[in-house]
Amino acid sequence: MSLIEVVDLSHSYGEREILKGLNLGIDKGEAFALIGPTGAGKTTLLRIMDLLEVPGAGEIYFDGKHVPRSGKQRLEIRRRMSFIHQKPQVFNLSVYDNVACGLRWRGEKRNRIANKVDHILEMVGLEGYRNRDARTLSGGEAQRVALARALVLEPEVLLLDEPTANLDPISTAKIEQLISNVARQQNTTMIMATHDMSQGQQLSDRIGVLLDGRLVQTGNATDIFRSPTNEAVAHFVGMENILEGVVVENNEGIALVNIDGYIIQAVSGYPVGKEVYACIRPEDITLLIPDGGQQTTVKSSARNSFQSEVTRVTTLGPLSRVEIDCGFRLIALVTRISAEELNLQAGKEVYATFKATGVHIIEKGSGQ
Amino acid sequence: MTEIWDGLTKAVQLLISLDPAVMEVAGRSLTISATACLLASLICIPLGSLIHFHHFRGKRVLINIIQTLFSVPTVLVGLFLLVLLSRSGPLGELRLLFTPTAMVIGQMILITPLLLGLTISALSGVSKEIADTATSLGASGSQAIRLVLKEARYAVLAAVMLGFARAISEVGCALMVGGNIRGATRVITTVISLEAGKGNLELAIALGMILLLLALIINIVLNRLQQR
Ligand SMILES: Nc1ncnc2c1ncn2[C@@H]1O[C@H](COP(=O)(O)OP(=O)(O)O)[C@@H](O)[C@H]1O
Ligand SMILES: [Mg+2]
Repeated sequence: MSLIEVVDLSHSYGEREILKGLNLGIDKGEAFALIGPTGAGKTTLLRIMDLLEVPGAGEIYFDGKHVPRSGKQRLEIRRRMSFIHQKPQVFNLSVYDNVACGLRWRGEKRNRIANKVDHILEMVGLEGYRNRDARTLSGGEAQRVALARALVLEPEVLLLDEPTANLDPISTAKIEQLISNVARQQNTTMIMATHDMSQGQQLSDRIGVLLDGRLVQTGNATDIFRSPTNEAVAHFVGMENILEGVVVENNEGIALVNIDGYIIQAVSGYPVGKEVYACIRPEDITLLIPDGGQQTTVKSSARNSFQSEVTRVTTLGPLSRVEIDCGFRLIALVTRISAEELNLQAGKEVYATFKATGVHIIEKGSGQ
Repeated sequence: MTEIWDGLTKAVQLLISLDPAVMEVAGRSLTISATACLLASLICIPLGSLIHFHHFRGKRVLINIIQTLFSVPTVLVGLFLLVLLSRSGPLGELRLLFTPTAMVIGQMILITPLLLGLTISALSGVSKEIADTATSLGASGSQAIRLVLKEARYAVLAAVMLGFARAISEVGCALMVGGNIRGATRVITTVISLEAGKGNLELAIALGMILLLLALIINIVLNRLQQR
C-alpha cells in the first residue's frame, strides 16, 4: 500500500496547464526519482505533495487517508515530511538555530533539540560551524545545512528538489553520499526531482519520467534507459540514435526493420508493416577498422554491421562522440583512448556494429 | 552675530550644567515620542504583517494610500485631532486636549503610515522562498510569519527608528494639541519655536543641539542596521 498516493492530479498557473492528470503512488521506504527536463513540472508536483500548494484538481492520499484541501490537518501531515527546496534558503540566523527551527516549531524540549542538532551537524560534517552566521556559508555548505535542517526532523518522507543543481562536483559528491546514506540507513521514503538522469539512476529504486506535465513512464532504471516507451522518453534518456523505419519481416522475435533502404535487425515482436522507431544507445555501437581490405565482413557476434565513414569526432572528457554515415546517420560513443588507437577522424572508414538486443523498438505514435 | 555667539556659549553652558529646565523639556520629548513610537510599533508591525501576508482586493491601492500618507503634514494631524478632542468635539468628554496623552496620540497617528509602509516593504524584502521553506519545515502560519519578521528584523528596526525620528522632530501637531504649557506639555520643538520667537535664543539653541545629537545617534544606528 502506498504511503503517498496522487490521483488524477492537475494543476494550472493562470491559463497554462502545468500538470495534466497525474497518477502516482509512492511506497513506504522507497527511493523515487522524478526525472524530466526543466519546466516539466517537477517542482510543482513536489510542492503539491508537500502540501504547500493546493492542486487545481485531483486528490492526494497520505498513509491511506485523504488529504483535505484546507485546515489544520494539512499542517499535521506536512510535519511528517521535509522538503529540501532547489535553492537552499538558509535563515539569517546561526547554523545551529537554522537546524533547530523545525524542532522548536514542533515544541520539542530544549535539551533534546540540542542533542539532535549536534548529532545531525556532525553527520553532515558541519560540527565546527555551530555558531556561524548561516548566510556566510558557501553554496555546498548551505545545502548541507538545508539537508541537516530537514533530516533532524526524522521525516517519514524526504522530498528533494534538484539537490545538487548549481553545486560544484565535490559538493555534489558529498550531498549525493549523504542522500544515499539516508535512503539506505533510515527507513525514510524519498522523492527526488532531478534533470540529471544518472543521478536519478544512482540514488533511486524507481524512476518516473515527467515530460510536459505528464508522467510518461515509471519503472526501474534499466526499464527506462533500455526500453523507453515512447520517442520523447527515448530522447530524454539519451537515446541519441532514433531511426524511423518499417518492420519488413519478423522471424520469431527478430524483426528486420527497413531504415531508408538499409535493414537493421532488432529483438522485437512487432509484426510486418508496423511503423516504428529503432533506438540505439550510442555507447552500444562498436566501431571496427577493416583490416587491409582482405576481409569484407567483420567477424562479430553482432547481427548488425554497416560499412561507414566517420564524419566528425568530438571529445567529451574521457569519451569521444563519433558521428558516422552508413547511409543513415549514427552516433557512437567510445572512450577517447580507443578513438585515438583507432585513429578515428573525419573521412576514416569504419564498421559500425551493434547487437540485435541493443536495438530498442518503439511503436510510432505511442504516447504523446 | 554676537547674539548668536552668546546664544551658543550659553547653550553649551546649559547643556554642561544639565540645566533643570532643559533636562525637563528634553526628558518629556523623549518620553512622549518614545511612547508614541512604541505604541505605534505594537500596532503597525502586526498590522503590516497581516497586510503583507494576506491577499485581498484593493491591497495595492491600500499600500499606495499608506505610502502617500508618509508625508502627511503634521499640522493636518494636529487639526484633525484638535477637532476630535475639543470640548465640543466627538471625543471632547475625554478631556484630553492639551495633555501629553493627546501629544502621544497625535504622534502615533503621524507615524502610523510610515511604520506600516516600511514594515510592509521590510517584509517584501524577504524572499518568498523563506516563508515556503519554513512552512516545509513544519512551521504553522503564525510561526512562519514570525520567522519572516525575524529575517526582516534590521529593516523593521530601521523603520521604528525612522518613526521615532519623525515623531520627536515634529512641531505642528505637538503645538496644536499640546499647547506648550509650561511644566506639562512643553517639548523640545515647541520650546524652540516659541522661545526663539521671544528672543530667548540660548534655551532654543541648547535644545536644538540635543535634537541634532539625537538625529546623529539615530543616523549612526541606522547605518549600522543597514550594513547587516
Ligand atoms: N508560481 C508560478 N506561476 C506561474 N508559472 C509557474 C509558477 N511556478 C512554475 N510555473 C511554470 O510552470 C512550469 C513548470 O515549472 P516547474 O514545476 O518549476 O518545473 P521543473 O521543476 O520541472 O523545472 C514552468 O513553465 C514554470 O514557468
Ligand atoms: Mg524545478
